[in-house]
Amino acid sequence: MDKVIFLFLRRMRAPLLVLIAAYSIAVLGMVLIPGVDAEGRPWHMGFFHAFYFVSYMATTIGFGEIPYAFTDAQRGWTLVSIYLSVIAWLYAIGKILTLLQEPAFKRAVVEQAFARSIRRLHEPFYIVCGFGDTGSLLVRALSRRGIRAVVIDRNPDRINDLELEDLDVYVPGLCADASVSAYLTMAGLSSARCRGVVALTDDDEANLKIAITSKLLNRPLPVICRAETRDVQDNMASFGTDHIINPFDTFGDRLGLALHSPGTHLLFQWLTSVPHTPLSEPLYPPHGKWVLCGYGRFGKAVQKSLSSEGVEAVIIEADPQRTGCVGYCVVGRGTEAETLLAAGIADAVGIVAGTDNDANNLSIVMTAKELNPGLFMVARQNRHDNDSIFRAAGLNLVMHRSEIIAEDILAQLTAPLLPMFLQQARAQSNQWANELVSRISAVTGDMVPEVWTLTLNEYEAPALLHTLAEDDVYLGQVMRDLRERDHLLPCLPLMLQRGNETRLIPAEDVALRSGDRLLFCGKAGAMQRMQRALYNGNVLRYLLTGEERPDGWVWRALKARQ
Amino acid sequence: MNLEKVVFGFFIILALTLNFGFFIGEFDNPEHHNVYELFAVIVVNLIATVLKFGDRTQMGALLLATSLVADLQLLVAAVVWGYVLHISGTGLDSMAMGSIVSLAGGAMLANIVSVVLLIIETANLRR
Repeated sequence: MDKVIFLFLRRMRAPLLVLIAAYSIAVLGMVLIPGVDAEGRPWHMGFFHAFYFVSYMATTIGFGEIPYAFTDAQRGWTLVSIYLSVIAWLYAIGKILTLLQEPAFKRAVVEQAFARSIRRLHEPFYIVCGFGDTGSLLVRALSRRGIRAVVIDRNPDRINDLELEDLDVYVPGLCADASVSAYLTMAGLSSARCRGVVALTDDDEANLKIAITSKLLNRPLPVICRAETRDVQDNMASFGTDHIINPFDTFGDRLGLALHSPGTHLLFQWLTSVPHTPLSEPLYPPHGKWVLCGYGRFGKAVQKSLSSEGVEAVIIEADPQRTGCVGYCVVGRGTEAETLLAAGIADAVGIVAGTDNDANNLSIVMTAKELNPGLFMVARQNRHDNDSIFRAAGLNLVMHRSEIIAEDILAQLTAPLLPMFLQQARAQSNQWANELVSRISAVTGDMVPEVWTLTLNEYEAPALLHTLAEDDVYLGQVMRDLRERDHLLPCLPLMLQRGNETRLIPAEDVALRSGDRLLFCGKAGAMQRMQRALYNGNVLRYLLTGEERPDGWVWRALKARQ
Repeated sequence: MNLEKVVFGFFIILALTLNFGFFIGEFDNPEHHNVYELFAVIVVNLIATVLKFGDRTQMGALLLATSLVADLQLLVAAVVWGYVLHISGTGLDSMAMGSIVSLAGGAMLANIVSVVLLIIETANLRR
């Protein structure tokens, strides 16, 4: 049974006993003490009247001497009863109020409400541990797509933020340490509707613990983790964490890609951004000498990808001892002109401000811009609330850690085929990527497209499977608008997976087969329209043949008669 | 010896003995059934119920259930008594007394179960 009720009953024992005792003493006294009736004859009050009298007297609802005026002995006893019962009530009410204020009781009530809302969640959901910058971005994007999430965070302020946030679907949140297995279980870890666990706390150790708990308690469940150091990353991978995101490596990798083939970089950027935001402009980072300020985790990742593209990077670091770049770096913070000049900013083509201090990073790029206005400027943004000043600084590229993580996870959760597609897209030429990018922008306009995966199975496309059993259906046929079949839906097929074989950008005359998995990108709403056709046999028939057949028993009968 | 256990056992057994005392006598004869005894049974039963609150064990749940049954039966008996005396005005005839005593008899069964459970629990403690 519920913990709250037990706690309440246990604490109410003493006050209830006091009340029962006070009432029974008062009632018994009233019954035993003799009175007189209207004619002055001796009379004893019955239990019925005594209980009636004590009830209204004790609660101070009213007062009256019934059914006959009291004798002095009765009045004396009434005096005793009044003080006895009023004190008992005050004690009981005081106890109840203290209990309601008690942290342990409040905590129990909150936990119970949380557990109840998880039980009432009848749709698949993800557990998101950590509701900082990254977590809130992710949950917002998920809720916009109608995907349910459950949040656990240790910081009560963040849970308050969650409650104040205007989300499209209800997201239950609990203020607790997510690395404690009991809380993960409470959040629905072992529930059949739980689709995955995302560990995003700012503590690598906690993320590791969450990953290992989830893997032990619910093995097939996908677990996605954020890790910022190499050894934690390896540790997580060792017990089968499904996806580990190191934001620094991801960013360094992307920067290398932009240097190498700007078209592919733009394709990546478009397909992994949060949907319904404006599309980003293509980036053309110059080849030449780069100046890199800060050689921490971020600086190392950027340096690695720059050097693998054959780009020379001069490092500026304030503490070469600790970061391990003694000998080949310029010592200094980079915020002052001398250090930048010593690093050769005058003939450099790009600057990367990668320290863990936002003010320093902005100062570095502003100073560098004065010394060499033509620089390509990259800066690392550490805090979400500095958004506006980073935007005003006119940078070419901002490394925003929480955005990178949120976008990566969103792609993992909403379109499982996307990572595979991106991997294969890398192997293609820049020219191929440029063509695809122009096709995408022709279909979706200037907003980030939605990306979704479609599996041709009983759940996602029952009507289509039914038709496939008798007839061939081509990809181009299901991509038509159900309102007017001559119009194409604003979407583009990116990949077709059939067994182990994959095909990039499948043509419209590809015949579909049961079990195929397709990756699409397109405008908002295209996915819902396509799903309706795949669900509803009548709509699908219209798309395939243009025939609108009447449905329902009466109409079918009428049609047969014609 | 545990004082809490003594108080607990005292009230549960007192509830049964008082209940028995009220129940015994000629079945429908109002002279054999004292109203003060019924009052005492009700008070002691209520106290026994409250004492069982908040025990999370299986045995605790069962003990609480039997007590609640006894309370219900006794309160209905008291209501019947008050009704015939003050509201319907038919007085304590043999029919009214019969139903009051049979209700108290039902409560006594529940109290017997309570005591048996208490004995079983105590017997299981090998100390």
